[in-house]
Amino acid sequence: MIISNMEIIPGKRIQEHLGLVQGSTVRTKHLGRDLMAGIKNIFGGELLGYTELLQEAREEAVNRMKQQAESVGANAVLNVRFSTSSVTQGAAELFAYGTAVILE
Amino acid sequence: MFDLVILVTLLGLGYFFGRYYESRHYKSIFRREAEYQNILIVASRIPPVTEKPDASLLVMGSVVISVDYFKRFLASLRSLIGGRVVSYESLLDRARREAVLRMKKQASTMGADKIFNIKYETASISKNARGGIGSIEVLAYGTAFIPLKA
Repeated sequence: MIISNMEIIPGKRIQEHLGLVQGSTVRTKHLGRDLMAGIKNIFGGELLGYTELLQEAREEAVNRMKQQAESVGANAVLNVRFSTSSVTQGAAELFAYGTAVILE
Repeated sequence: MFDLVILVTLLGLGYFFGRYYESRHYKSIFRREAEYQNILIVASRIPPVTEKPDASLLVMGSVVISVDYFKRFLASLRSLIGGRVVSYESLLDRARREAVLRMKKQASTMGADKIFNIKYETASISKNARGGIGSIEVLAYGTAFIPLKA
């Protein structure tokens, strides 16, 4: 499965477009991390706990998108975009979407 | 009186630790930017036709960074009179550059030499609902080109 955020793959021709595929996940962090982030907010600097959380969540969203692409029989997802939105206090939705295609 | 002591302590802690973390972070950014200089980043959507990579893959890097108490205090004062909020400018600059560096690191472990179609995504993760940026997340992503093995 090729994942790319460009509309073409150099050297490969698109045989068929299969439409939009997407994956999303809503995550929230646990209290301990929240507390640490609160302390870090005084000193400044990187919030490692949140970075990890969002990275994991984004991977999960990409995996779900891949699964959906596989289920429609694609072998690549092109023009992938990411979007983040906060649903409620302390919870974030991570969303990945792209076009499923069959490459030659 | 007690409240004032707490405020001054928080401001002092924020000032000293914030300065320390920022200067350390900038040092590490400069060092790694020199290290990954060989990876070219291009914002164009379509690569030139001369590009014939072996493979192209999505790479991304993200970072969540928080501003310190002192700078947040300065920014809230600044919002009374308006104008440039210098204390947040360095925060965003650091976050963007760090995200790009992480993306480059991922690309270099895969043996890529160019990254095309780079996009940034910035989200503010405000812990306290009382407005203010607090902490931000920056994601940088693009398509890495792995050259043909000679």
